[in-house]
Amino acid sequence: MSKSNVTRRGVLKTGAAAGAGLALPTILTAGSHSGFTNAPTGSTVTLGFNVPQSGPYADEGADELRAYELAVEHLNGGGDGGMINTFSSKTLEGNGILGKKVEYVTGDTQTKSDAARASAKSMIEKDGAVMITGGSSSGVAVAVQALCQEAGIIFMAGLTHSNDTTGKDRKANGFRHFFNSYMSGAALAPVLANAYGKDRKAYHLTADYNWGYTTEEAVVQATEGMGWETVNAVKTPLTQTDFSSYIAPVLQTDADVLVLNHYGGNMINSLTSAVQFGLRDKVVNNKDFQIVVPLYSRLMARGAGANVKGIFGSTNWHWSLTDEGSKAFTKSFGTKYGFPPSQAAHTVYCQTLLYADAVNRAKSFNPCAVAEALEDFEFDGLGNGKTLYRGADHQCFKDVLVVKGKENPTSEFDLLEVVEVTPVAQVMYEPDHPQMGGAEATLGSCNPGA
Amino acid sequence: MEALILQILNGLDKGSAYALIALGLTLIFGTLGVVNFAHGALFMIGAFCAVTLQRILSISRETIDETRTDFLGNPLKVDIPYVYDWFGADAGQMIINWSVPLAILFSIPIMMLVGVIMERGLIKHFYKRPHADQILVTFGLAIVLQEIIKAIYGANPIPTPAPAALDGSFDFGVLIGMENIIYPYWRLIYFAFAMITIAAVFAFLQFTTFGMVVRAGMADRETVGLLGINIDRRFTIMFAIAACVAGLAGVMYTPINSPNYHMGMDFLVLSFVVVVVGGMGSLPGAVLAGFLLGILESFASMAQVIAIIPGINQVIIYLVAIIVLLTRPRGLMGRKGVMEE
Repeated sequence: MSKSNVTRRGVLKTGAAAGAGLALPTILTAGSHSGFTNAPTGSTVTLGFNVPQSGPYADEGADELRAYELAVEHLNGGGDGGMINTFSSKTLEGNGILGKKVEYVTGDTQTKSDAARASAKSMIEKDGAVMITGGSSSGVAVAVQALCQEAGIIFMAGLTHSNDTTGKDRKANGFRHFFNSYMSGAALAPVLANAYGKDRKAYHLTADYNWGYTTEEAVVQATEGMGWETVNAVKTPLTQTDFSSYIAPVLQTDADVLVLNHYGGNMINSLTSAVQFGLRDKVVNNKDFQIVVPLYSRLMARGAGANVKGIFGSTNWHWSLTDEGSKAFTKSFGTKYGFPPSQAAHTVYCQTLLYADAVNRAKSFNPCAVAEALEDFEFDGLGNGKTLYRGADHQCFKDVLVVKGKENPTSEFDLLEVVEVTPVAQVMYEPDHPQMGGAEATLGSCNPGA
Repeated sequence: MEALILQILNGLDKGSAYALIALGLTLIFGTLGVVNFAHGALFMIGAFCAVTLQRILSISRETIDETRTDFLGNPLKVDIPYVYDWFGADAGQMIINWSVPLAILFSIPIMMLVGVIMERGLIKHFYKRPHADQILVTFGLAIVLQEIIKAIYGANPIPTPAPAALDGSFDFGVLIGMENIIYPYWRLIYFAFAMITIAAVFAFLQFTTFGMVVRAGMADRETVGLLGINIDRRFTIMFAIAACVAGLAGVMYTPINSPNYHMGMDFLVLSFVVVVVGGMGSLPGAVLAGFLLGILESFASMAQVIAIIPGINQVIIYLVAIIVLLTRPRGLMGRKGVMEE
């Protein structure tokens, strides 16, 4: 015999739960009535800063966050205005974005793709962020960019150097100001050939993940184009801490250059090992042995101490540049925080200003309108000279800095010296370049969400 | 041939760190029966003792150099360490350069204290709890410790070089009648240091009355207790000694790789594999397995080997662990009855 268990309280509970469930999609996509995700309705607009606040890149993340706070301050009319004063586009007047005061929320990427996606998702769905920006790793950038594409949010990438971010994994809603592996190779190779000669044998140690592969490929192609020979290219696990067993075999080959396609802790440890093993004192093929680090970061160079002296690499920006934009940014950052900004801080500050300016020019927060305003946008005054935000792949094209570890640093910030500013024409490539995913790589179409 | 010898040296060097950490882990497991997942954190704290001493020795007074400017165009602030004032610039700089060897003395009392506080303050409350609880609490402790270090010192590695006199490399080959085996001094010092430390721990356990009681306690804790010996206090001291061994391994490791807050975790998992391969509770087993796995890992990362078996460098240690556990479940030198009930 069956018995009904329907009670008044049960019905109320079920009803409330079902109601909340049905209402949830609407709550999570607040503003959907305006035609795009998280359309700002009040007098403020919220940006989402997704940076590594824990994990191995936490110091880089902290510097990015400082730059974001500075950018928000400048956008809202505070401080000395920084690079707003030197930016060639003059839509930013210190009254927020489109007259709305800029507010922000932050997320912790932990330099893990899943954590970064979760924090970005939370900022979009719970905090109503209309744009997501930040990150200090290509894996994270590619993952968050894909999420923003699905959610209908603009993604302004932070520090991400892999070709794939604007290569095979490019997205219509994603934009990158930072340079990439291809550009590093193209800028470095002529300087290396000039300094060390065209008859060189290179041995590559490469971090075993996406960024490592694209950097190795870019540097191998560019240096081979200059006449160098690649003796070997060995992948090293990302979790490796002691590189002695990878460095020692280099001594047994006839290689006379070691290229370390490593970043962060990997770079610090492999470079330290290479120097300890006396590679820089060696003479092979009647030539002094040399070490090259394709992507330099000042924050990371500090960890390697005196080992970086005289070693070539490339960087997106350096505080010692003397153009008006760089001087203005270094001054406002340095005055506020007491030390010069890193390249990570610079690129995210630029991205925030570029986004704000694009919204102002588009007169809309609609991601598709913003994307259109950014595409093929030419600007100057942000520290890298004349720059193009190419529409075909959403990659910024600008001069690339070739740097060298300084022999006699005057402070802990003065570790790199700029040896050449490689003109943008030399690092240009076609959008369907094989290193960038070839002809199959497409942006897809812009997604305004909601 | 030279390549093989180089990789053996590298393996012995890596093995030194594994063996020292695994030795401490085994000591703690053998005496207290606790699986200590915070042991890697002790290695990391040791390394940061060296960083701390370097910072203490570099405490400076600030002077203004009017002739130079900083990045903002203001007169440059120059830090002059107090040791320069006290001992002269050359001697002062030499003292700072020797901060890593000096940190050996500096770290011993600190590590002993950390060990005692850790054991008395937290771990003793978990003796009668299942191993799973012990693992969880010590793992939690490791996370807390590394976050504290990160809050104080930041996330980036901090360069802690060896003294200039010991920082270079030399041709090891000439010692054995060969050529072109360039090897860094400090790595050989690290290996020698590890051998001395391991020998000292074994001698202490083998030839002192204290060590004899501890060994008896490891074999049969209850009977030793019934004989009226306060075995708990001795085990606390053994925990402190194990912490000290891990700490010293950390101090000496700092010139090899710049220390950072997660270096403990990097070593912890491998050290556990070392303990399991060596045999839970076997001190000689831990040392043997440490060196063995260090050497195998070095060989597996040779380009020629990777060319034959791609990816072997990433899995070799775990592969060996699986083979050992399948063929000899109690480990290379494990005693019957330990963790086998």
